[in-house]
Amino acid sequence: MSVLIYIEHEEGVVKKSSLEAVSYGKSLAESLGTEALVVGLGSISPDEWTLVGHAGASKGYHVTDERLNAGIIQAHTAAVSEVFEHSGADVLVLAKSSLGDAVAARLSVKLQAALVSNVVSLPDLAEGFKVKRSIFTGKAFAITAVQTSKKILAIKKNILEIRQDATDIAVEEFTVSLVDRVFAAKITGTDKAEGEISLPEADIVVSGGRGMKGPENWGIIEDLAKALGAATGCSKPVSDLNWRPHHEHVGQTGIKVSPSLYVAVGISGAIQHLAGVNASKNILVINKDPEAPFFKAADYGIVGDAFEVLPKLTEAIKAIK
Amino acid sequence: MKILVCITHVPDTTSRIQFTDNNTKFDKTGVQFVIGPYDDYALARAVELRDQTGGKLTVLNVGEAETDPTLRKALAIGADEAIRINAYPKDSYFVAQQIARVAQEGAYDLILMGRESSDYNGGMVHGMVGEMMGLPSISPVMRLDIEGNTAKLSREIEGGKEELEVSLPLVAGCQEPIAEWKIPNMRGIMSARSKPLTVKEADAYDVHASIVSYALPPAKGAVKLFDKDQMEELVKLLKNEANVL
Repeated sequence: MSVLIYIEHEEGVVKKSSLEAVSYGKSLAESLGTEALVVGLGSISPDEWTLVGHAGASKGYHVTDERLNAGIIQAHTAAVSEVFEHSGADVLVLAKSSLGDAVAARLSVKLQAALVSNVVSLPDLAEGFKVKRSIFTGKAFAITAVQTSKKILAIKKNILEIRQDATDIAVEEFTVSLVDRVFAAKITGTDKAEGEISLPEADIVVSGGRGMKGPENWGIIEDLAKALGAATGCSKPVSDLNWRPHHEHVGQTGIKVSPSLYVAVGISGAIQHLAGVNASKNILVINKDPEAPFFKAADYGIVGDAFEVLPKLTEAIKAIK
Repeated sequence: MKILVCITHVPDTTSRIQFTDNNTKFDKTGVQFVIGPYDDYALARAVELRDQTGGKLTVLNVGEAETDPTLRKALAIGADEAIRINAYPKDSYFVAQQIARVAQEGAYDLILMGRESSDYNGGMVHGMVGEMMGLPSISPVMRLDIEGNTAKLSREIEGGKEELEVSLPLVAGCQEPIAEWKIPNMRGIMSARSKPLTVKEADAYDVHASIVSYALPPAKGAVKLFDKDQMEELVKLLKNEANVL
C-alpha cells in the first residue's frame, strides 16, 4: 500500500502543479502511514528529481523512453498503469491539466479505480475515504465517497504549499512495454507561446477585457503582468474578436484559473467569466463603471480609467519590489 | 459516416446553485436546464460534418424523462435521431458504461461530447469511453476535420495547442472554437417533433463514487475600493493582507 504521484514536465522542468501533487501525495501518505512514490515519463534531469524529493517523494520510477516526452494520452496511460501495478500503490495522485485529465480518465477504467477530479483538500479518512471536490465551475463543493479500493485523485492547482522536506529520493529507471497501438494518435505539430508564464500554472494572472478598447493597448496589461511576475489572460469577447489568442481566454468555456491573485482590467464580470476565476484566492477588479458586477465578486477594487490606473499601479508595485 | 454526440442536461450557467434536504440534494427550483455548453460545441461540429459527408447523427443522453426536452432541442439543432438511456446519471463511470454500450452497438465512426459537463466538471467520460472501447480519446479538441478515414484535430495544451492525426473511430471531448453554437430554426423545431427518440434501459450499474453531501463556498466579504491616487495603500494591502506580493 502506497501513494503514487504522476508528474508532468515541460521540456524536462517538472511543473509547479505536479510538485503540489507530490506534496499532496506525501501528506496523504503520512495519514495512511505509507510512503509517497513518483512516476515521471521522458527526459527529466537528476536535479529535477531532487526537487521532486524535496516536495515529499522518497522513491521515483523514471521511465526514460523519449517517445514519452510528447503527451500522447494512450502511451502515458499505458506507462503509468504499468508502474502503478508494479509499485503496489493503491492511490494515484496527479495535478489537473490538459494531459493529466485525459490520462486519469483512461486509467480509471484500466485500473478499475474511482477517479475524483477537482479535488480541493486532503481526504477525510475518518469513515471510509471521502474527498471534497469543486463542482458547478467553482460555485459549490461536493463531498464524494469513494467506493473502490484503488483510487485516483486529480487535484486542483494552488490548493496547498509545496513542501520543503529534506527527503532524499531514490530514483529507479523503469522500463515499460509500449505496444504500437498506444501511439495511434500522432502529434504532427505544436504551437506554443514561448517564454511566457503559463496561464494555468501562474500564481498571479492579469486579464484584460473589452474595456481595453483594442489589442494595441495590451502594453499596459503586459507591463503590470511583468511587474507582478504574472501571466496574462483575457475575457471571451476579447478572444472572439481575435485581440488575443484563444489559449488566453479565461472563463467558463476557456481556461479556469485558481491563482493567488487575479487582476481583471476592463472586464464587467459576466457570470461566464466569473465561473473561470471564482477559485482565485484574491480578486482585484479595475473598472471605470462602479456598477460593474465584477466588484461584487472582488476583494479589492479600483474605480477608474484603466489607462490612468494601470501605469500608476505598475509603478507602485515596482516601488515595493 | 455515423456520428454519436453525447449531451448532458445541465443547469443554465446563470442559475443560482442551492441545495436542499440538509445539503444532500441539488435544488432544481427555478432552474432552467440546457444542453451542456461544451456539448453544444460538439453537436454544432457534428451537424457540420454530417452535412459535409452525409451519414447519420445520433444524439445520446443518460438521464430520466425530464431530459427529453433537451434531446428534442438537439434534434431541432440538427441531429437525426435521439437515444435516451433511462437512468439517473449516478457517476461518470456509470455514464461512460452506458455510452460505451450504445457506441459499440451502433458502430459509430465518431463519438463526440463536450470536454466536461458544466455541473460536475469531471471531464472524464470521454477518456473512460475510449478506454472501455479500446479507441483513442482526445480532449480538449478545438478543431476537428475529417479526411477519408483520418481525423485531423487541434488539442488545447497549456499555453498553446497541438495538432494531431488519428484514424477513425475516435472519441473526442470538444470545446470552442470547434464550431459556432447553432440556434434551432422554426423548420428544425417542427421537424424535431417527428424525429425518433428511443428510450432504452441501462444494463450496467457499477458506480465508483457517490456524493454524500454538498457545500457552498463561504460568502465573500465586501470589496475594498480605491481610487487612482491610492495605489500605495492598495499595494500595501496586497502585500500584507493578501500576501500575494
